[in-house]
Amino acid sequence: MSAITVRDLRKSYGGSEALRGVSFDVGVGEVFGLLGPNGAGKTTTVEILEGYRRRDGGEVDVLGFDPAGGQAAYRERIGVVLQASQLWANLTVAETHRMFAGYYERPRDADEVVELVGLTEKRDARVKTLSGGQKRRLDLGLALIGNPELLFLDEPTTGFDPTARRAAWDAIRTLRSLGTTILLTTHYLDEAQQLADRVAVLRAGEIVGLGTPAELVGGSLGAEIRYRRDGEVVVLRTERPTEELHRLTGEALAGGRELDGLEVRRPTLEDVYLDLVAEEEVR
Amino acid sequence: MRLFVHQLRSEQLLFWRSREAAVFIFVFPLLLFVLLGSVYGGTIDGEPASSVLLVGMLGYGVANTAFAGLAISLVLRRESALLKRLRATPLPAATYLAAVLASTVIVFALQAVALFGLGRLFFDAELPSRPGSLVVALLLGVAAFAGLGFAATALLRSSEGASAALNVVLLPMAFLSGSFGPTRRYPEVLQALGDVLPLRYLIELLDAASLKGEAIWSRPGAVAVVAGWGLVGIAIAARRFRWEPREA
Ligand SMILES: Nc1ncnc2c1ncn2[C@@H]1O[C@H](COP(=O)(O)OP(=O)(O)OP(=O)(O)O)[C@@H](O)[C@H]1O
Ligand SMILES: [Mg+2]
Repeated sequence: MSAITVRDLRKSYGGSEALRGVSFDVGVGEVFGLLGPNGAGKTTTVEILEGYRRRDGGEVDVLGFDPAGGQAAYRERIGVVLQASQLWANLTVAETHRMFAGYYERPRDADEVVELVGLTEKRDARVKTLSGGQKRRLDLGLALIGNPELLFLDEPTTGFDPTARRAAWDAIRTLRSLGTTILLTTHYLDEAQQLADRVAVLRAGEIVGLGTPAELVGGSLGAEIRYRRDGEVVVLRTERPTEELHRLTGEALAGGRELDGLEVRRPTLEDVYLDLVAEEEVR
Repeated sequence: MRLFVHQLRSEQLLFWRSREAAVFIFVFPLLLFVLLGSVYGGTIDGEPASSVLLVGMLGYGVANTAFAGLAISLVLRRESALLKRLRATPLPAATYLAAVLASTVIVFALQAVALFGLGRLFFDAELPSRPGSLVVALLLGVAAFAGLGFAATALLRSSEGASAALNVVLLPMAFLSGSFGPTRRYPEVLQALGDVLPLRYLIELLDAASLKGEAIWSRPGAVAVVAGWGLVGIAIAARRFRWEPREA
Protein backbone atom coordinates (compact mmCIF):
# COMPACT_ATOMS: atom_id res chain seq x y z
CA MET A 1 0.00 0.00 0.00
CA SER A 2 1.27 3.45 -0.93
CA ALA A 3 0.74 6.55 1.13
CA ILE A 4 2.14 8.69 -1.67
CA THR A 5 2.15 8.01 -5.39
CA VAL A 6 3.83 10.50 -7.72
CA ARG A 7 3.92 9.94 -11.49
CA ASP A 8 5.71 12.10 -14.03
CA LEU A 9 5.37 15.23 -11.90
CA ARG A 10 6.20 18.44 -13.74
CA LYS A 11 6.49 22.04 -12.62
CA SER A 12 7.89 25.17 -14.24
CA TYR A 13 8.47 28.61 -12.79
CA GLY A 14 8.28 31.12 -15.59
CA GLY A 15 10.32 29.49 -18.31
CA SER A 16 12.53 27.27 -16.18
CA GLU A 17 11.60 23.69 -15.37
CA ALA A 18 11.97 22.90 -11.69
CA LEU A 19 10.59 19.35 -11.97
CA ARG A 20 10.98 17.36 -15.20
CA GLY A 21 8.95 14.21 -14.73
CA VAL A 22 9.49 12.95 -11.18
CA SER A 23 8.03 9.58 -10.16
CA PHE A 24 8.21 7.73 -6.85
CA ASP A 25 6.09 5.93 -4.28
CA VAL A 26 6.19 6.09 -0.52
CA GLY A 27 4.74 3.10 1.29
CA VAL A 28 2.56 3.37 4.37
CA GLY A 29 4.80 3.50 7.42
CA GLU A 30 7.89 4.19 5.36
CA VAL A 31 10.46 6.92 5.97
CA PHE A 32 11.39 8.33 2.59
CA GLY A 33 14.29 10.73 2.14
CA LEU A 34 14.48 13.29 -0.64
CA LEU A 35 18.06 14.37 -1.31
CA GLY A 36 19.62 16.74 -3.77
CA PRO A 37 21.65 19.94 -4.06
CA ASN A 38 20.22 23.44 -3.56
CA GLY A 39 17.61 24.16 -6.20
CA ALA A 40 17.16 20.51 -7.18
CA GLY A 41 13.40 20.69 -6.61
CA LYS A 42 12.94 19.10 -3.18
CA THR A 43 10.84 21.88 -1.67
CA THR A 44 8.85 22.20 -4.90
CA THR A 45 8.01 18.48 -4.75
CA VAL A 46 7.10 18.55 -1.07
CA GLU A 47 4.97 21.68 -1.39
CA ILE A 48 3.02 20.22 -4.29
CA LEU A 49 2.27 17.20 -2.09
CA GLU A 50 1.31 19.45 0.82
CA GLY A 51 -1.16 21.27 -1.43
CA TYR A 52 0.63 24.64 -1.52
CA ARG A 53 1.68 24.61 -5.15
CA ARG A 54 -0.06 23.60 -8.35
CA ARG A 55 1.58 21.05 -10.59
CA ASP A 56 1.83 21.62 -14.32
CA GLY A 57 1.61 17.95 -15.16
CA GLY A 58 1.61 14.43 -13.79
CA GLU A 59 -0.40 12.46 -11.28
CA VAL A 60 -0.30 12.79 -7.51
CA ASP A 61 -2.16 10.71 -4.94
CA VAL A 62 -1.59 11.22 -1.23
CA LEU A 63 -3.66 9.17 1.24
CA GLY A 64 -6.28 8.91 -1.48
CA PHE A 65 -6.47 12.68 -1.96
CA ASP A 66 -5.33 14.99 -4.68
CA PRO A 67 -3.59 17.61 -2.54
CA ALA A 68 -4.42 20.32 -5.09
CA GLY A 69 -8.02 20.08 -3.84
CA GLY A 70 -7.02 21.62 -0.52
CA GLN A 71 -9.58 19.76 1.62
CA ALA A 72 -9.60 20.22 5.38
CA ALA A 73 -10.06 16.43 5.68
CA TYR A 74 -6.68 16.01 4.00
CA ARG A 75 -4.97 18.56 6.23
CA GLU A 76 -6.43 16.79 9.27
CA ARG A 77 -4.22 13.83 8.41
CA ILE A 78 -0.90 15.44 7.56
CA GLY A 79 1.75 17.29 9.55
CA VAL A 80 4.07 19.85 8.03
CA VAL A 81 7.46 21.36 8.81
CA LEU A 82 8.12 24.11 6.28
CA GLN A 83 11.67 24.88 5.19
CA ALA A 84 11.28 28.42 6.53
CA SER A 85 8.53 29.87 8.68
CA GLN A 86 8.18 31.82 11.89
CA LEU A 87 5.77 31.56 14.78
CA TRP A 88 4.12 33.92 17.22
CA ALA A 89 7.00 35.62 19.00
CA ASN A 90 4.95 36.53 22.06
CA LEU A 91 3.36 33.18 22.81
CA THR A 92 5.03 30.54 24.92
CA VAL A 93 5.99 27.11 23.66
CA ALA A 94 3.06 25.49 25.47
CA GLU A 95 0.56 28.13 24.30
CA THR A 96 1.67 27.69 20.70
CA HIS A 97 1.20 23.94 20.94
CA ARG A 98 -2.25 24.36 22.47
CA MET A 99 -3.23 26.86 19.80
CA PHE A 100 -2.33 24.44 17.02
CA ALA A 101 -3.86 21.49 18.87
CA GLY A 102 -7.18 23.32 18.67
CA TYR A 103 -7.18 23.06 14.89
CA TYR A 104 -7.41 19.26 14.88
CA GLU A 105 -10.17 16.86 15.81
CA ARG A 106 -7.97 14.34 17.61
CA PRO A 107 -4.80 16.15 18.66
CA ARG A 108 -1.99 14.68 20.70
CA ASP A 109 -1.55 15.92 24.23
CA ALA A 110 0.41 19.20 24.07
CA ASP A 111 2.68 18.39 27.03
CA GLU A 112 3.52 15.01 25.54
CA VAL A 113 4.57 16.61 22.25
CA VAL A 114 6.62 19.28 24.01
CA GLU A 115 8.42 16.47 25.78
CA LEU A 116 8.84 14.44 22.60
CA VAL A 117 10.68 17.29 20.86
CA GLY A 118 12.76 18.04 23.94
CA LEU A 119 11.35 21.44 24.88
CA THR A 120 10.02 20.60 28.34
CA GLU A 121 12.40 23.02 30.01
CA LYS A 122 11.27 25.77 27.67
CA ARG A 123 7.56 25.11 27.80
CA ASP A 124 6.78 28.47 29.43
CA ALA A 125 9.39 30.48 27.52
CA ARG A 126 8.29 33.00 24.90
CA VAL A 127 8.99 31.85 21.36
CA LYS A 128 11.12 34.94 20.71
CA THR A 129 13.59 33.85 23.39
CA LEU A 130 14.23 30.44 21.79
CA SER A 131 17.44 29.67 19.93
CA GLY A 132 17.33 28.82 16.23
CA GLY A 133 17.47 25.08 16.86
CA GLN A 134 14.84 25.28 19.58
CA LYS A 135 12.50 27.12 17.21
CA ARG A 136 13.01 24.33 14.71
CA ARG A 137 12.06 21.80 17.38
CA LEU A 138 8.92 23.80 18.01
CA ASP A 139 8.16 23.53 14.27
CA LEU A 140 8.54 19.78 14.58
CA GLY A 141 6.29 19.68 17.63
CA LEU A 142 3.54 21.58 15.81
CA ALA A 143 3.79 19.18 12.89
CA LEU A 144 3.12 16.32 15.33
CA ILE A 145 0.36 17.93 17.35
CA GLY A 146 -2.50 16.83 15.08
CA ASN A 147 -1.43 13.18 15.36
CA PRO A 148 -0.84 12.91 11.59
CA GLU A 149 -0.57 9.72 9.56
CA LEU A 150 1.81 11.41 7.19
CA LEU A 151 4.55 13.89 8.00
CA PHE A 152 6.28 16.22 5.56
CA LEU A 153 9.57 17.45 6.97
CA ASP A 154 11.50 19.93 4.81
CA GLU A 155 15.00 20.06 6.29
CA PRO A 156 13.69 19.44 9.81
CA THR A 157 17.05 19.34 11.57
CA THR A 158 18.84 22.23 9.88
CA GLY A 159 20.46 24.25 12.66
CA PHE A 160 20.35 21.47 15.25
CA ASP A 161 23.39 20.76 17.37
CA PRO A 162 24.58 17.13 17.23
CA THR A 163 22.79 16.20 20.44
CA ALA A 164 19.55 17.76 19.31
CA ARG A 165 19.86 16.06 15.95
CA ARG A 166 20.19 12.68 17.60
CA ALA A 167 17.18 13.49 19.77
CA ALA A 168 15.19 14.44 16.67
CA TRP A 169 16.24 11.20 15.01
CA ASP A 170 14.97 9.31 18.03
CA ALA A 171 11.67 11.21 17.84
CA ILE A 172 11.35 10.36 14.14
CA ARG A 173 12.15 6.70 14.82
CA THR A 174 9.52 6.68 17.56
CA LEU A 175 6.97 8.10 15.13
CA ARG A 176 7.94 5.54 12.56
CA SER A 177 7.46 2.75 15.07
CA LEU A 178 3.98 4.15 15.70
CA GLY A 179 3.26 3.71 12.00
CA THR A 180 3.64 7.31 10.79
CA THR A 181 4.70 7.72 7.17
CA ILE A 182 7.40 10.34 6.78
CA LEU A 183 8.70 12.22 3.76
CA LEU A 184 11.77 14.23 4.68
CA THR A 185 14.28 16.29 2.81
CA THR A 186 17.76 16.80 4.14
CA HIS A 187 21.24 17.88 3.21
CA TYR A 188 22.72 15.57 5.84
CA LEU A 189 23.57 12.28 4.23
CA ASP A 190 24.16 10.59 7.57
CA GLU A 191 20.66 11.63 8.54
CA ALA A 192 19.23 10.00 5.42
CA GLN A 193 21.31 6.90 6.04
CA GLN A 194 20.18 6.73 9.67
CA LEU A 195 16.50 7.41 9.16
CA ALA A 196 15.34 6.68 5.65
CA ASP A 197 14.08 3.31 4.53
CA ARG A 198 14.52 4.55 0.97
CA VAL A 199 15.90 7.70 -0.59
CA ALA A 200 15.54 9.48 -3.90
CA VAL A 201 18.30 11.75 -5.16
CA LEU A 202 17.03 14.71 -7.18
CA ARG A 203 19.23 16.63 -9.55
CA ALA A 204 17.91 19.58 -11.53
CA GLY A 205 14.35 18.33 -11.33
CA GLU A 206 15.04 14.70 -12.17
CA ILE A 207 15.50 11.62 -10.03
CA VAL A 208 18.99 10.25 -10.58
CA GLY A 209 19.02 7.66 -7.82
CA LEU A 210 16.31 5.75 -5.99
CA GLY A 211 16.49 2.90 -3.52
CA THR A 212 17.43 1.91 -0.01
CA PRO A 213 20.66 3.49 1.20
CA ALA A 214 22.24 0.02 1.11
CA GLU A 215 21.17 -0.52 -2.50
CA LEU A 216 22.52 2.84 -3.56
CA VAL A 217 25.82 2.23 -1.83
CA GLY A 218 26.01 -1.43 -2.88
CA GLY A 219 25.21 -0.74 -6.49
CA SER A 220 28.36 1.25 -7.02
CA LEU A 221 32.10 1.49 -6.95
CA GLY A 222 33.12 -1.35 -4.63
CA ALA A 223 35.55 0.11 -2.12
CA GLU A 224 37.97 2.90 -1.59
CA ILE A 225 41.61 2.49 -0.54
CA ARG A 226 43.61 5.44 0.77
CA TYR A 227 47.20 5.78 1.87
CA ARG A 228 49.93 8.38 1.84
CA ARG A 229 52.94 8.34 -0.43
CA ASP A 230 55.57 11.04 0.01
CA GLY A 231 53.12 12.99 2.14
CA GLU A 232 50.39 12.93 -0.54
CA VAL A 233 47.11 11.10 -0.14
CA VAL A 234 46.49 8.48 -2.80
CA VAL A 235 42.88 7.36 -3.35
CA LEU A 236 42.08 4.21 -5.27
CA ARG A 237 38.55 3.20 -6.12
CA THR A 238 38.19 -0.41 -7.02
CA GLU A 239 35.62 -3.08 -7.67
CA ARG A 240 38.16 -5.66 -6.40
CA PRO A 241 39.54 -4.42 -3.11
CA THR A 242 41.12 -7.75 -2.09
CA GLU A 243 43.24 -8.01 -5.20
CA GLU A 244 44.22 -4.37 -5.19
CA LEU A 245 45.15 -4.43 -1.53
CA HIS A 246 47.23 -7.58 -2.01
CA ARG A 247 49.15 -5.87 -4.82
CA LEU A 248 49.73 -2.70 -2.79
CA THR A 249 50.89 -4.40 0.38
CA GLY A 250 53.05 -6.77 -1.67
CA GLU A 251 54.85 -3.90 -3.33
CA ALA A 252 55.28 -2.08 -0.04
CA LEU A 253 56.72 -5.14 1.70
CA ALA A 254 59.08 -5.83 -1.19
CA GLY A 255 60.29 -2.23 -1.09
CA GLY A 256 60.54 -2.26 2.73
CA ARG A 257 58.14 0.66 2.93
CA GLU A 258 55.23 1.37 5.24
CA LEU A 259 51.82 2.32 3.73
CA ASP A 260 51.22 5.38 5.86
CA GLY A 261 47.64 6.09 6.82
CA LEU A 262 46.31 2.99 5.10
CA GLU A 263 42.51 2.87 5.05
CA VAL A 264 40.04 0.63 3.29
CA ARG A 265 36.43 1.64 3.38
CA ARG A 266 33.14 1.02 1.76
CA PRO A 267 31.76 4.14 0.12
CA THR A 268 29.20 5.93 2.24
CA LEU A 269 25.91 7.28 1.01
CA GLU A 270 27.69 10.60 0.83
CA ASP A 271 30.23 9.31 -1.71
CA VAL A 272 27.48 7.85 -3.85
CA TYR A 273 25.46 11.03 -3.56
CA LEU A 274 28.36 13.23 -4.58
CA ASP A 275 28.94 10.94 -7.56
CA LEU A 276 25.29 11.11 -8.60
CA VAL A 277 24.97 14.86 -8.41
CA ALA A 278 28.41 15.51 -9.91
CA GLU A 279 27.51 13.86 -13.22
CA GLU A 280 25.62 17.03 -13.97
CA GLU A 281 28.76 18.91 -14.84
CA VAL A 282 29.93 16.15 -17.17
CA ARG A 283 26.82 16.32 -19.30
CA MET B 1 -18.00 27.06 15.11
CA ARG B 2 -15.63 25.39 17.55
CA LEU B 3 -12.75 26.39 15.29
CA PHE B 4 -14.07 29.94 15.03
CA VAL B 5 -14.27 30.34 18.81
CA HIS B 6 -10.84 28.77 19.23
CA GLN B 7 -9.31 31.10 16.67
CA LEU B 8 -11.09 34.15 18.09
CA ARG B 9 -9.64 33.41 21.53
CA SER B 10 -6.22 32.89 19.98
CA GLU B 11 -6.49 36.20 18.13
CA GLN B 12 -7.42 38.04 21.33
CA LEU B 13 -4.51 36.45 23.17
CA LEU B 14 -2.17 37.43 20.33
CA PHE B 15 -3.44 41.00 20.20
CA TRP B 16 -3.15 41.81 23.88
CA ARG B 17 0.12 39.88 24.19
CA SER B 18 1.75 42.02 21.53
CA ARG B 19 2.53 45.25 23.28
CA GLU B 20 3.21 47.23 20.10
CA ALA B 21 -0.18 46.36 18.64
CA ALA B 22 -2.02 47.04 21.87
CA VAL B 23 -0.35 50.44 22.28
CA PHE B 24 -0.51 51.54 18.67
CA ILE B 25 -4.04 50.39 18.00
CA PHE B 26 -5.77 50.56 21.34
CA VAL B 27 -4.08 53.19 23.47
CA PHE B 28 -2.98 55.72 20.87
CA PRO B 29 -6.46 56.94 19.80
CA LEU B 30 -7.47 57.26 23.46
CA LEU B 31 -4.41 59.35 24.14
CA LEU B 32 -5.06 61.52 21.12
CA PHE B 33 -8.63 62.08 22.26
CA VAL B 34 -7.58 63.23 25.70
CA LEU B 35 -4.94 65.53 24.21
CA LEU B 36 -7.20 67.12 21.62
CA GLY B 37 -10.07 67.29 24.09
CA SER B 38 -7.97 69.38 26.46
CA VAL B 39 -7.01 71.77 23.66
CA TYR B 40 -10.42 72.38 22.09
CA GLY B 41 -12.96 74.12 24.27
CA GLY B 42 -16.39 75.64 23.82
CA THR B 43 -18.66 74.60 21.01
CA ILE B 44 -18.33 73.59 17.35
CA ASP B 45 -21.41 74.24 15.21
CA GLY B 46 -23.45 74.60 18.34
CA GLU B 47 -22.34 71.24 19.76
CA PRO B 48 -19.88 70.83 22.63
CA ALA B 49 -16.39 70.55 21.14
CA SER B 50 -15.61 67.43 23.13
CA SER B 51 -18.64 65.60 21.72
CA VAL B 52 -17.67 66.51 18.16
CA LEU B 53 -14.12 65.33 18.83
CA LEU B 54 -15.39 62.12 20.34
CA VAL B 55 -17.26 61.37 17.11
CA GLY B 56 -14.14 62.17 15.08
CA MET B 57 -12.01 59.90 17.22
CA LEU B 58 -14.50 57.06 16.91
CA GLY B 59 -14.10 57.35 13.15
CA TYR B 60 -10.33 57.47 13.48
CA GLY B 61 -10.45 54.44 15.77
CA VAL B 62 -12.38 52.45 13.17
CA ALA B 63 -9.86 53.26 10.45
CA ASN B 64 -6.90 52.73 12.75
CA THR B 65 -8.07 49.37 14.06
CA ALA B 66 -9.81 47.80 11.08
CA PHE B 67 -7.71 49.28 8.29
CA ALA B 68 -4.16 50.06 9.45
CA GLY B 69 -3.90 47.67 12.39
CA LEU B 70 -5.44 44.75 10.56
CA ALA B 71 -3.31 45.26 7.46
CA ILE B 72 -0.04 45.63 9.37
CA SER B 73 -0.58 42.46 11.33
CA LEU B 74 -1.69 40.47 8.28
CA VAL B 75 1.28 41.61 6.19
CA LEU B 76 3.66 40.63 8.99
CA ARG B 77 1.97 37.26 9.32
CA ARG B 78 2.08 36.63 5.60
CA GLU B 79 5.73 37.62 5.19
CA SER B 80 6.88 35.49 8.12
CA ALA B 81 5.08 32.51 6.50
CA LEU B 82 2.71 32.25 9.45
CA LEU B 83 -0.32 32.39 7.19
CA LYS B 84 1.26 29.73 5.03
CA ARG B 85 1.85 27.53 8.06
CA LEU B 86 -1.77 27.95 9.15
CA ARG B 87 -2.96 26.87 5.69
CA ALA B 88 -1.41 23.46 6.36
CA THR B 89 -3.78 22.95 9.32
CA PRO B 90 -7.46 22.01 8.97
CA LEU B 91 -8.49 25.55 9.93
CA PRO B 92 -10.53 26.80 6.93
CA ALA B 93 -9.46 30.09 5.39
CA ALA B 94 -12.90 31.64 5.80
CA THR B 95 -13.02 30.70 9.50
CA TYR B 96 -9.62 32.23 10.02
CA LEU B 97 -10.52 35.51 8.33
CA ALA B 98 -13.86 35.65 10.16
CA ALA B 99 -12.07 35.22 13.49
CA VAL B 100 -9.56 37.93 12.61
CA LEU B 101 -12.43 40.25 11.76
CA ALA B 102 -14.40 39.39 14.90
CA SER B 103 -11.31 39.99 17.01
CA THR B 104 -10.95 43.41 15.39
CA VAL B 105 -14.58 44.19 16.25
CA ILE B 106 -13.97 43.25 19.88
CA VAL B 107 -10.89 45.44 20.14
CA PHE B 108 -12.71 48.35 18.59
CA ALA B 109 -15.82 47.88 20.73
CA LEU B 110 -13.68 48.10 23.85
CA GLN B 111 -12.01 51.18 22.45
CA ALA B 112 -15.36 52.84 21.71
CA VAL B 113 -16.51 52.18 25.26
CA ALA B 114 -13.25 53.59 26.58
CA LEU B 115 -13.63 56.70 24.42
CA PHE B 116 -17.10 57.35 25.79
CA GLY B 117 -15.84 56.66 29.31
CA LEU B 118 -13.00 59.15 28.93
CA GLY B 119 -15.36 61.66 27.31
CA ARG B 120 -17.74 61.47 30.25
CA LEU B 121 -15.00 61.52 32.82
CA PHE B 122 -12.96 64.48 31.57
CA PHE B 123 -15.06 66.50 29.19
CA ASP B 124 -18.69 65.89 30.02
CA ALA B 125 -19.24 64.63 26.49
CA GLU B 126 -22.79 63.70 25.58
CA LEU B 127 -23.96 60.13 25.21
CA PRO B 128 -25.27 59.26 21.75
CA SER B 129 -28.85 60.24 21.05
CA ARG B 130 -29.42 57.28 18.71
CA PRO B 131 -27.31 54.47 20.16
CA GLY B 132 -28.81 51.81 17.86
CA SER B 133 -27.93 53.73 14.73
CA LEU B 134 -24.51 54.52 16.14
CA VAL B 135 -23.74 50.84 16.66
CA VAL B 136 -24.94 49.97 13.16
CA ALA B 137 -22.85 52.79 11.68
CA LEU B 138 -19.77 51.62 13.61
CA LEU B 139 -20.23 48.03 12.47
CA LEU B 140 -20.66 49.19 8.89
CA GLY B 141 -17.49 51.24 9.28
CA VAL B 142 -15.49 48.35 10.74
CA ALA B 143 -16.65 46.05 7.93
CA ALA B 144 -15.86 48.58 5.20
CA PHE B 145 -12.46 49.53 6.59
CA ALA B 146 -11.58 45.88 7.18
CA GLY B 147 -12.35 45.32 3.50
CA LEU B 148 -9.90 48.12 2.72
CA GLY B 149 -7.46 46.60 5.21
CA PHE B 150 -7.58 43.26 3.41
CA ALA B 151 -7.02 45.12 0.14
CA ALA B 152 -4.03 46.98 1.58
CA THR B 153 -2.61 43.67 2.82
CA ALA B 154 -2.92 42.27 -0.68
CA LEU B 155 -1.23 45.28 -2.23
CA LEU B 156 1.67 45.68 0.20
CA ARG B 157 4.63 43.60 -0.84
CA SER B 158 6.87 43.64 2.21
CA SER B 159 6.61 44.01 5.94
CA GLU B 160 9.34 46.65 6.12
CA GLY B 161 7.44 49.57 4.67
CA ALA B 162 3.95 48.38 5.64
CA SER B 163 3.48 50.38 8.81
CA ALA B 164 4.89 53.58 7.31
CA ALA B 165 2.84 53.24 4.12
CA LEU B 166 -0.39 52.66 6.04
CA ASN B 167 0.15 55.62 8.30
CA VAL B 168 0.86 57.82 5.30
CA VAL B 169 -2.63 56.92 4.14
CA LEU B 170 -4.34 56.86 7.53
CA LEU B 171 -3.22 60.12 9.13
CA PRO B 172 -3.94 62.47 6.20
CA MET B 173 -7.25 60.69 5.66
CA ALA B 174 -8.22 61.21 9.29
CA PHE B 175 -7.14 64.85 9.12
CA LEU B 176 -9.06 65.54 5.89
CA SER B 177 -12.14 63.71 7.13
CA GLY B 178 -12.47 65.71 10.34
CA SER B 179 -11.24 63.23 12.91
CA PHE B 180 -9.08 65.83 14.61
CA GLY B 181 -11.49 68.76 14.36
CA PRO B 182 -13.91 70.32 11.88
CA THR B 183 -12.74 70.70 8.28
CA ARG B 184 -14.92 73.67 7.41
CA ARG B 185 -12.06 76.14 7.50
CA TYR B 186 -9.65 73.97 5.47
CA PRO B 187 -8.72 75.24 1.98
CA GLU B 188 -11.17 74.13 -0.68
CA VAL B 189 -8.75 71.69 -2.32
CA LEU B 190 -8.37 69.81 0.93
CA GLN B 191 -12.10 69.80 1.53
CA ALA B 192 -12.65 68.41 -1.96
CA LEU B 193 -10.07 65.71 -1.28
CA GLY B 194 -11.80 64.82 1.95
CA ASP B 195 -15.12 64.59 0.15
CA VAL B 196 -14.11 61.44 -1.69
CA LEU B 197 -12.78 59.59 1.37
CA PRO B 198 -14.86 56.96 3.16
CA LEU B 199 -13.91 58.20 6.62
CA ARG B 200 -15.54 61.57 6.03
CA TYR B 201 -18.88 59.82 5.36
CA LEU B 202 -18.49 57.45 8.26
CA ILE B 203 -17.92 60.41 10.55
CA GLU B 204 -21.01 62.04 9.06
CA LEU B 205 -23.06 58.98 9.99
CA LEU B 206 -21.59 58.84 13.48
CA ASP B 207 -22.23 62.54 13.94
CA ALA B 208 -25.84 62.18 12.80
CA ALA B 209 -26.55 59.27 15.15
CA SER B 210 -24.57 60.62 18.05
CA LEU B 211 -25.35 64.32 18.11
CA LYS B 212 -28.17 65.11 15.72
CA GLY B 213 -30.56 62.38 16.71
CA GLU B 214 -30.87 61.16 13.13
CA ALA B 215 -31.18 57.49 12.31
CA ILE B 216 -28.68 55.91 9.94
CA TRP B 217 -31.24 55.40 7.17
CA SER B 218 -31.79 59.14 6.95
CA ARG B 219 -28.37 59.37 5.26
CA PRO B 220 -28.44 56.73 2.51
CA GLY B 221 -25.84 58.60 0.45
CA ALA B 222 -23.21 58.40 3.16
CA VAL B 223 -24.05 54.74 3.84
CA ALA B 224 -23.61 54.02 0.14
CA VAL B 225 -20.20 55.70 -0.05
CA VAL B 226 -18.86 53.84 3.00
CA ALA B 227 -20.24 50.50 1.80
CA GLY B 228 -18.99 51.17 -1.73
CA TRP B 229 -15.41 51.71 -0.56
CA GLY B 230 -15.67 48.52 1.47
CA LEU B 231 -16.84 46.56 -1.55
CA VAL B 232 -14.02 47.94 -3.67
CA GLY B 233 -11.61 46.79 -0.97
CA ILE B 234 -13.12 43.32 -0.85
CA ALA B 235 -12.99 43.05 -4.64
CA ILE B 236 -9.29 43.94 -4.68
CA ALA B 237 -8.57 41.54 -1.82
CA ALA B 238 -10.47 38.71 -3.49
CA ARG B 239 -8.25 39.02 -6.55
CA ARG B 240 -4.91 39.80 -4.99
CA PHE B 241 -4.81 38.33 -1.48
CA ARG B 242 -2.04 35.75 -1.02
CA TRP B 243 -1.31 33.41 1.85
CA GLU B 244 2.35 32.95 1.03
CA PRO B 245 5.20 35.43 1.46
CA ARG B 246 5.59 37.89 -1.40
CA GLU B 247 9.30 38.17 -0.82
CA ALA B 248 10.94 34.76 -0.65
N1 LIG C 1 8.33 30.44 -6.08
C1 LIG C 1 9.29 30.26 -7.01
N2 LIG C 1 9.37 31.08 -8.08
C2 LIG C 1 10.32 30.90 -9.03
N3 LIG C 1 11.24 29.93 -8.99
C3 LIG C 1 11.22 29.08 -7.95
C4 LIG C 1 10.24 29.21 -6.91
N4 LIG C 1 10.46 28.24 -6.01
C5 LIG C 1 11.51 27.54 -6.46
N5 LIG C 1 11.97 28.04 -7.62
C6 LIG C 1 13.09 27.50 -8.41
O1 LIG C 1 12.87 26.13 -8.62
C7 LIG C 1 14.05 25.38 -8.43
C8 LIG C 1 13.83 24.34 -7.33
O2 LIG C 1 13.66 24.98 -6.08
P1 LIG C 1 13.36 24.22 -4.74
O3 LIG C 1 13.07 25.23 -3.70
O4 LIG C 1 12.35 23.18 -4.98
O5 LIG C 1 14.77 23.55 -4.46
P2 LIG C 1 15.28 22.70 -3.20
O6 LIG C 1 15.72 21.38 -3.73
O7 LIG C 1 14.28 22.69 -2.14
O8 LIG C 1 16.56 23.52 -2.77
P3 LIG C 1 17.19 23.81 -1.30
O9 LIG C 1 18.03 22.66 -0.97
O10 LIG C 1 18.02 25.02 -1.52
O11 LIG C 1 16.07 24.03 -0.35
C9 LIG C 1 15.14 26.40 -8.09
O12 LIG C 1 15.85 26.67 -9.28
C10 LIG C 1 14.38 27.60 -7.63
O13 LIG C 1 15.09 28.78 -7.96
MG1 LIG D 1 14.21 23.39 -0.22
